[in-house]
Amino acid sequence: MKALRKLLDKWKPAFHEGGKLAKLQSVYEGFETFLFTPNTTSKSGSHIHDNNDMKRTMSTVIVALIPCLLFAMYNTGLQHYIAIGQPYTGWLTMFIFGLLALLPVIVVSYVVGLGIEFISAQIHHKEIQEGFLVTGILIPLIVPINTPLWMTAVATAFAVIFAKEVFGGTGMNIFNVALITRAFLFFSYPAEMSGDDAFVKLDSAFGFGAGTVADGFSGATPLGQIATNVGPNLDGLNLDTWHAFLGTIPGSPGETSMIAILLGAALLLITGIASWRVMTSVFAGGIVMGFIANAFATHTYPASMLDPFAQLCYGGFAFAAVFMATDPVTGARTHIGQYIYGFLIGVIAILIRVYNDGYPEGAMLAVLLMNAFAPLIDHCVVNANIKRRMRRLKTNG
Amino acid sequence: MAMIKLKKGYDLKLKGGIANDTIFDAPVPTHCAIVPDDFTGIIPRMEKKEGEQVKAGEALYHDKTEERIKVTSPVSGTVKAIVRGERRKIEQIVVECDNNDDHKKFDLSSPIDALLDSGLWAMLRQRPYDVVPSPCTSPRDIFVTCFDSAPLAPNLNLVLGEDAAYIEKGVDVLSKLTTGSVYLGCKAGEALQASGAETIEFKGPHPAGNAGIQAGNVKPVNKGEVIWTTDVVTVARIGKLFTTGTVDFNTVVAVTGEQVESPCYLKTVMGAPVKPLLEGRIVDNGKQNRIISGNVLTGCQVKEDEFLRAPYRHITVIPELQKQDEFMGWASLSPKKFSVYRNFPGWLLGMNRKEMNVDARINGGEHAIVMSSEYDRMLPMDIYVEFLIKAIIAFDIDKMEQLGIYEVAPEDFALCEFADTSKLELQRIVREGLDKLKKEMS
Repeated sequence: MKALRKLLDKWKPAFHEGGKLAKLQSVYEGFETFLFTPNTTSKSGSHIHDNNDMKRTMSTVIVALIPCLLFAMYNTGLQHYIAIGQPYTGWLTMFIFGLLALLPVIVVSYVVGLGIEFISAQIHHKEIQEGFLVTGILIPLIVPINTPLWMTAVATAFAVIFAKEVFGGTGMNIFNVALITRAFLFFSYPAEMSGDDAFVKLDSAFGFGAGTVADGFSGATPLGQIATNVGPNLDGLNLDTWHAFLGTIPGSPGETSMIAILLGAALLLITGIASWRVMTSVFAGGIVMGFIANAFATHTYPASMLDPFAQLCYGGFAFAAVFMATDPVTGARTHIGQYIYGFLIGVIAILIRVYNDGYPEGAMLAVLLMNAFAPLIDHCVVNANIKRRMRRLKTNG
Repeated sequence: MAMIKLKKGYDLKLKGGIANDTIFDAPVPTHCAIVPDDFTGIIPRMEKKEGEQVKAGEALYHDKTEERIKVTSPVSGTVKAIVRGERRKIEQIVVECDNNDDHKKFDLSSPIDALLDSGLWAMLRQRPYDVVPSPCTSPRDIFVTCFDSAPLAPNLNLVLGEDAAYIEKGVDVLSKLTTGSVYLGCKAGEALQASGAETIEFKGPHPAGNAGIQAGNVKPVNKGEVIWTTDVVTVARIGKLFTTGTVDFNTVVAVTGEQVESPCYLKTVMGAPVKPLLEGRIVDNGKQNRIISGNVLTGCQVKEDEFLRAPYRHITVIPELQKQDEFMGWASLSPKKFSVYRNFPGWLLGMNRKEMNVDARINGGEHAIVMSSEYDRMLPMDIYVEFLIKAIIAFDIDKMEQLGIYEVAPEDFALCEFADTSKLELQRIVREGLDKLKKEMS
């Protein structure tokens, strides 16, 4: 480590003002603080500080996403081999296929996003922000696997610049950056983002796992199938909630497995990084709306015939509840506000899913919509506090 | 007697606590000092020049605008040096002790004048603004905190010792200065009683011992109201002044912290030099030390050749750095690392319940506020901290008033500052906000 420290110290002057590489100062500092905890000590106020910092917080979220990521790789392979009619291929082969299929997306997401972050930090002469570390891993997990890489790149760039940097960077954005990426893709390239071919990778990954698609194969997601269901019940679809819970169904890579998501949720809740208030109230909202929809089930809206608890296992609902709604920056910040915010996300997600013909899944839009309302919810909660204070003043005076 | 339970806050368990209650005598100080920065709100105008004789309790300087407020010498002797810093700001006034114990006698016929002249008035604080109160206003209530809940803090009952007998008299004097009540905020189970005061017990973690937190939970300050806050040691000094006619600045100091070999209580005097108190007590393990007059959350960093600061009866010595150039500290799996979040393995191993090693590192870069309701769980008051802090940064006076700026002091935010993931200097932000607001409103 000492050699590394010496090397960094040797390079330091070149990266600072007047040095040859002064334009890369924020990149250098980003790496320096990544490698070595700064020796800066407290100058004012509290003499001691908690060990948790933004890097630790962000890496905790990334660790929480690892089960989803690993399962996404396996399931991408599984769906591929089912599609080419070889469902009994070994799990390792499936995993390697998924790894090869997902890796380019991860690389593109990080290179584009972090690149913009570094440039922006350099322009503003600020320290590089860690926020994109999480966004960069969320994007590959929520973008359909067949999305062309250039689209992902364009969408990521759009989201980072227009949803985050223009607002002032990490901590200042109004909308969740990863969801803006997804929404940008969804509305700009609707043909590629929906339909039966979006969610299952049919061609090979770097020549690995080549094969021809089996006759009569459909890569439709369960929610896609439900949305187009005709008839008095869903029996014809062969839906298996257990598969949905395990995650061995077509869908966006990271969001299919309830088990992987719950593992991540457990870590986020135990460490206290994510707000349990938001997370539980999203699920509560989803269940309540699921029951309401189910109580008035009608075949005009086939998704209303789904069991309320099964609702939670399908689509992006659980993933949104655990990893998207709990984003502290874009969510409600007061305790009471968090209950309202989370509950409404759950309700609206199921509402869109069930009653909107255009979108088979509504979790993404529900979170984005509530992102817009979070400041209003907080405003009302804080105003109640202000009113309490004013009333105290009046009764005393 | 009422009992108030506070749930929010956190008791930080640090290494270097005092194991036994014996009080040792510290060496008699050769010189003592007063630091004007300790008396927030007073702009010093010197009454004594260098070389002049001064008695214990005799004024060294008074306030520029309110000349009746005086800050007095804790010992008798000669004014040795008036140390000035940038723009001739007085940084400290050093008095060489003559060890004659020559105390000034005060006329006790007017309580206010006696308090002002003795320098004990300058030890009081008022809300709003957390400054020395003006003698022209009468407070709505007076809040006296009877325990210190900060990390490694001294047991105030021990600091008081025999002087506890003067509390009754002190309360009696204070109760004549307010139309409202004098509240004694005591630790649950250690209630003090005094006729003329209302005792309230507080149960809960730090900052339950802060007078502001106690006031906020008993009867919060509203706009236009003034309350005074002080601690029980000052009240005992007031009682002693009105019993004996002289002011006594002797005090017991807790010497604590990881770098102190055998933490203990020492009997000395306010403003005593730090060096003799620490002599032979510092662990020599090659680490650079940070000496703090006060506790680790709100205290002032002092150099070895400097002096005890007036508001504190506490010295903490911690290492400046536990580890130089720590490799990827943010990814550390070390069980020694502590966090109020549970994302360090120390929590899993039960280390959070044990005493922890600390140092002065900030452990991260400054960021915009990201984590939500992080501050709220560290401040047991009906205040939305994050929104208040943002209002202060933007200096939106209306919002600050509405969100409760008049109820707070910087020390109340110390724990929030400790826990802050974004590493903002909250106490500095609040202090500057209060100063600016006071200027704007006067």
